[in-house]
Amino acid sequence: MRTARTIGLIAVSVFRDSVRDKVLYNLVAFALLMIVASYLIGQLTAGQDVKVIKDLGLAAITLFGLFIAVFIGIGLVSKEVDRRSIYSLLAKPIRRQELIAGKYAGLVLTLAVNVILMSAALYLVLGYMSVTESEALRKAWEAPPTDPALLKAILLIFVELMLVTAIALFFSTFSSPLLAAAFTIGLVVAGQFDADLRSFQAIVHSRFAGELTHALYLVLPNMAIFDVKAQVVHALPVPPGYLAVATAYGLCYIAALLVASMVIFSRREFR
Amino acid sequence: MSRGRMLPGILLACAFLAVAVGLQASRASLPSVPPADQFLDVQSGTAMRRLTLSFNLLAADVYWIRALQHYGGTKLDARSDKSYPLLYPLLDITTSLDPRFNLAYRFGSIFLAEPFPNGPGRPDLAIRLLEKGLHTQPRKWEYMQDIGFVYYWWHHDDRTAARWFEQAAAVPGAPWFLKSLAATTLTIGGQAQASRLMWQQIYQTANNDWLKKDAAWRLQQLTAIDQMDRLQKLLDAARGSSGDVPSWGDLLQRRLLPGIPIDPSGTPYEIDQATGAVELSRRSSLWPLPAETALPAVHSAPGGSGGPGPEARGPRS
Repeated sequence: MRTARTIGLIAVSVFRDSVRDKVLYNLVAFALLMIVASYLIGQLTAGQDVKVIKDLGLAAITLFGLFIAVFIGIGLVSKEVDRRSIYSLLAKPIRRQELIAGKYAGLVLTLAVNVILMSAALYLVLGYMSVTESEALRKAWEAPPTDPALLKAILLIFVELMLVTAIALFFSTFSSPLLAAAFTIGLVVAGQFDADLRSFQAIVHSRFAGELTHALYLVLPNMAIFDVKAQVVHALPVPPGYLAVATAYGLCYIAALLVASMVIFSRREFR
Repeated sequence: MSRGRMLPGILLACAFLAVAVGLQASRASLPSVPPADQFLDVQSGTAMRRLTLSFNLLAADVYWIRALQHYGGTKLDARSDKSYPLLYPLLDITTSLDPRFNLAYRFGSIFLAEPFPNGPGRPDLAIRLLEKGLHTQPRKWEYMQDIGFVYYWWHHDDRTAARWFEQAAAVPGAPWFLKSLAATTLTIGGQAQASRLMWQQIYQTANNDWLKKDAAWRLQQLTAIDQMDRLQKLLDAARGSSGDVPSWGDLLQRRLLPGIPIDPSGTPYEIDQATGAVELSRRSSLWPLPAETALPAVHSAPGGSGGPGPEARGPRS
């Protein structure tokens, strides 16, 4: 009980910090992007404006979230060390594990607020388009603009962002912010090539290379599993079973990274 | 810093910004470099798919907009050597990034098949693009209908066209008219009636304003061709034994016509006094009629992916 309370307090403090650091200003940029795009896209895309707004909206939620997850995630621990506030924190009756969990929960809370507000803005723009589009263009829609299936893609984007935050936090517990950013971005990019890693084994002649890529395929975080944007935009089915498996995979990976971060951080010495 | 100290800095920044805006505004009259839009750095859809990570849908939209701009920009360009070299590569990348981008296949094939100067005159590439779409969505009867249309309209290959219409009609959920379209195409081949039927179906089923307008325009062209046929017969009969070509005024005086004949766009038809042929005015929005469209092979630059293929022919009327 006490642990949960401590983690909650640290999380709220991280959220307040991010608000103070004007992180939520990106919501204004997102809203402006959506409004300007919804006006301009219709003039440029020959009747594909709803599709393009969905693509743009989902991509922007991912991209803005990735920026927050990586660039704030890598500073969660190092900032405290640089400012030397880590000493006063550790002097308090807080366990190091609680600090890591609280920091992580705080950034996830910031991301959740971001994703919820950006999704609401996207639905608002799509709702506006659904009432203003001509009858001829309505026939071309593969799915209604305010299709609830978009939420499936948004849910998996959020799980992906939670995973990226965990990766950034993990690297920030033992390396400099610059290195942590490089490692995190590297892992996120490598995680997109899941299908290539899987098929690599079949096309290489060396058994060692094949087994190495197979091991990488199993161990590296599979970021592609969270990408169902194409399916929801083209009104293809995303079964609940898939959502459950992808979410469970993400949560397990996050748990592994958080435990590893806690172990590393609890053994770290600050002088 | 006090407000008084900041003022010179702000003024200086404003002055530089004003110069930059002025330069931008007068860019047309300033020295420029040749446009670099005739190059595509990455031509492989697969490579582009990897480069764009999980943002391939958004990248597909960007490439689609680029394809539209390339097509529209080249079409409006005053240059005579229009070969639309990037059109197919741009559409290929668009559909590789988003293999279910229906409009890119359907519009793209229309753009590719259009003869010079309105397009590259590459019905072969139009078919290749639609077949690529069918590879992803084998039950997409719309693509089969479009392939049949390209064979009928641009290749004048009625048998192959009918085969594609039949194939499209066999897909569950395909509209009834595809069966009659296949039959009509086989029965009357190159007659205008088959063309009219196709454009009417496109007009009625179009889910896009541009396509609907284009179909309406084509239907008006077919109406003009019918009207010109009737007027030509009337004119030939009125010429009589002397062989002199009468004017519309002569035919009005002889009460053979109720008024100066006008085409569906409202522009009067013309008579070529040298040949005695009834013609569509060049001022008409329906000009050029399909038969008057220049064959692409005459105009386009040789070679390159956007040049006309050996199979490109003029449209049928």
